[in-house]
Amino acid sequence: MKKKRADNICMMQGNQACARGAMMAGCRFFAGYPITPSSEIAENLALSMPAVGGRFIQMEDEIGAMGAVIGASLTGLKSMTATSGPGFSLKQENIGYAAMAEVPCVVVNVQRGGPSTGMPTFPAQMDVQQARWGSHGDRGVIALSASSAQETFEQTIRAFNLSEKYMMPVILLVDEVVAHSTEKVVLPDPGGIELFNRKQPTESPGEYLPYRETDDGIPVLARFGTGYRYNVTGLCHDETGFPTNNPEKIEKLIRRLTDKIERHRKDITHCHKIMLEDADVAIFAYGSVARSARRAVFLCREAGIKAGLIEPTVLWPFPSDEVLETAEGVKAFVVAEMNLGQMAREVELASKCRVEVHRLNRVDGRLITPQQVVEKVREAL
Amino acid sequence: MSRYEIRLSGSGGQGLILAGKILAEAVAIYEGRNAVQTQSYGPEARGGASKAEVVISDEDIDYPKAMELDVLLALTQESCMTYVEDLKEGGVLIVDSDAVKTLPKGNFRCFTAPIASIAVERVGKMVVTNIVALGLLTKISGAVSEDSMRNAILARVPKGTEELNMKAFDEGLKTGEELLAEGG
Amino acid sequence: MFDYLRYIRERNFPHIWCSGCGDGIVLKALIRAVDKLGISRDEMVMVSGIGCSSRTPGYVDINTLHTTHGRAIPFATGVKLANPKLHVIVVTGDGDATAIGGNHYIHAARRNIDLTVLLYNNYIYGMTGGQVSPTTPRGKRASTAPFGNQEPAFNISDLAEAAGASFVARGDVYHAQKLEKLIVKAVQKKGFSVVEILSPCPTAYGRRNRMAHPVKMMEWLRDQTVPVAKWERLSPEEREGKVRTGIIVDVDKVEYTETNDKLIESLKADK
Repeated sequence: MKKKRADNICMMQGNQACARGAMMAGCRFFAGYPITPSSEIAENLALSMPAVGGRFIQMEDEIGAMGAVIGASLTGLKSMTATSGPGFSLKQENIGYAAMAEVPCVVVNVQRGGPSTGMPTFPAQMDVQQARWGSHGDRGVIALSASSAQETFEQTIRAFNLSEKYMMPVILLVDEVVAHSTEKVVLPDPGGIELFNRKQPTESPGEYLPYRETDDGIPVLARFGTGYRYNVTGLCHDETGFPTNNPEKIEKLIRRLTDKIERHRKDITHCHKIMLEDADVAIFAYGSVARSARRAVFLCREAGIKAGLIEPTVLWPFPSDEVLETAEGVKAFVVAEMNLGQMAREVELASKCRVEVHRLNRVDGRLITPQQVVEKVREAL
Repeated sequence: MSRYEIRLSGSGGQGLILAGKILAEAVAIYEGRNAVQTQSYGPEARGGASKAEVVISDEDIDYPKAMELDVLLALTQESCMTYVEDLKEGGVLIVDSDAVKTLPKGNFRCFTAPIASIAVERVGKMVVTNIVALGLLTKISGAVSEDSMRNAILARVPKGTEELNMKAFDEGLKTGEELLAEGG
Repeated sequence: MFDYLRYIRERNFPHIWCSGCGDGIVLKALIRAVDKLGISRDEMVMVSGIGCSSRTPGYVDINTLHTTHGRAIPFATGVKLANPKLHVIVVTGDGDATAIGGNHYIHAARRNIDLTVLLYNNYIYGMTGGQVSPTTPRGKRASTAPFGNQEPAFNISDLAEAAGASFVARGDVYHAQKLEKLIVKAVQKKGFSVVEILSPCPTAYGRRNRMAHPVKMMEWLRDQTVPVAKWERLSPEEREGKVRTGIIVDVDKVEYTETNDKLIESLKADK
């Protein structure tokens, strides 16, 4: 009677899918601190990490977890932490350190309602701007988004690849709905997953400079313990890795931290586009809200309203070109999000006032419904 | 089948979230269709309001939450009253008659059975109330096959409790059949 | 004469420390200890936080990691766990390790992870201009305690002992040879080891507390320190105003990375 189940098809929560994606991406170090609604990521990795020789540690606090992740990454392990709003706030200083010292790592933030303790068990998308500007100082940021368990799995792998490629922390923003919805995930054949591993120096230790100018603007950091003795600091530093007060060198460093993202924008940004070709109204939505928007597009089309969807899977760098291109073909934008317009202002900026941007915001800890999106689309017309 | 929406509601500790997962797995893993299970819960590990939703479809499921319920299972009076308004016309309401003394009125089919008592008296364990409820729901809704449900239950329950859970499921099926014969 | 230059990054000199600062004496004791230990420089990682003492790694030719304020121990925990073969030395100060980083300090001790913490205690925040720290003695002046410190001070070594460290020692820069030996022992010890190092800050602490001259501060160190063996014989009245130096705790305990290695091995064997 018992039907054989396909091994590669699983029912998983978004948080489980994230942990599975991390394992398949080659993550071998996790440090975290318990926080709802992200804890299942830590729990799943506590179970699966040691069996493959990886390290799992529950630290004494969120700040320590972020520090341990950076230390482990510099020693050569692909490293990750996961948290939610309050913990994300606490991690910001060390996220900035990872950006400054150019240490690859992945930070997952399962968003819940804020500010402060807010709504631990209910969803929100209130950390979108914090992901961009939460840590002090100018720097480029990569922040990914996911709207389903399958996409969480895939985006976790992509987060590792981007962090290893661009040598920086990469943030994965999901929300409580995605994190706690159990749905089908089709796992790829492990051999079929494309993984990027950070470059290692080819020159001799005597010739090695950790932050030497490279063609692509991305440094090559040797793993600690491999014979390349160098210094890593959060202070402004020159190509040697030692602190410097030389204005020219400082200017070059700080500009490069932003430029390395800007010049590779095309490689990083990505949007799902649904029925935009003939659309009168473009809905801009991401994360779980994008699923309400998909249903809304369907309902609108049934009612004869030409709606379409632009759903970025990379929130930072912001898909300005894609938004402007969309703005040129529609009469209005509807930006639906579980915050008070954090991305709407970006859409306004990027669309250069070509069209009106209507905001649909919900901050009561409940997912925006398809009906609410449909109503807003009707208003926008 | 296009969207089919089920909500399991009651209080924390009744195993409703597990029941939702089992239902979703039966559909998605053993029938190759799509299912999304979502939940909402408070800070309490036990007690407090709890609900699990399962959306079933042959197509990709966009919006993961229920919009218009095809089936509502209510194990407490409070959850029955709170959620019945989300039930669509002609939908199915299944309640535990021990807990729900006042039945709501409306254009839906109502099935009542002493679900927790069946678990205690006929199966011997209160803890399988959720599985008895799944048996009722399977029979009455016809949304998922009995075989798929058996497979999904066996894959989820702790080792050594398989027989107990199968008995609970069968009792649920049997009660469901009786209720259907009575016409709800 | 001992060749310090073999271990020094000469390009980073002159160093940032004030004349009369004790941190240079610690640096030399540390280099002699490292040389005595015979550990490959490639297998050593020095991790520091923020403050005067935390600038030490910049001057030593090993793998060095200068982190954020208070967080050297978590960064070091990541390094050690990622590659337990590495010898990881944390260089930190009283403000860095027992104020902003106090939580990490006690939990690393509880965990008993194999790190060596050299905790320079100069009783003050030196780099930021002489603010009061958790180890500033009650009544002493600081830029943020202009009428004298109103709070009691932490005893850093007792704190480490209570939290579970397997090795705790206190040294001072007046007794530089003894300090070197304590560092050697601390690095050799498997487990969380702390050497609290009393180091004078004439600029930020001495000037405010009638010890502006570096020699005066060194004499103060000499006079207030009492070796552990002698300390045992002192009455409570005689101990007043003095601190014991030498090895305070040296016990064998289960070490964290070894426990984690065993778990990994057992799970691999199960496969």
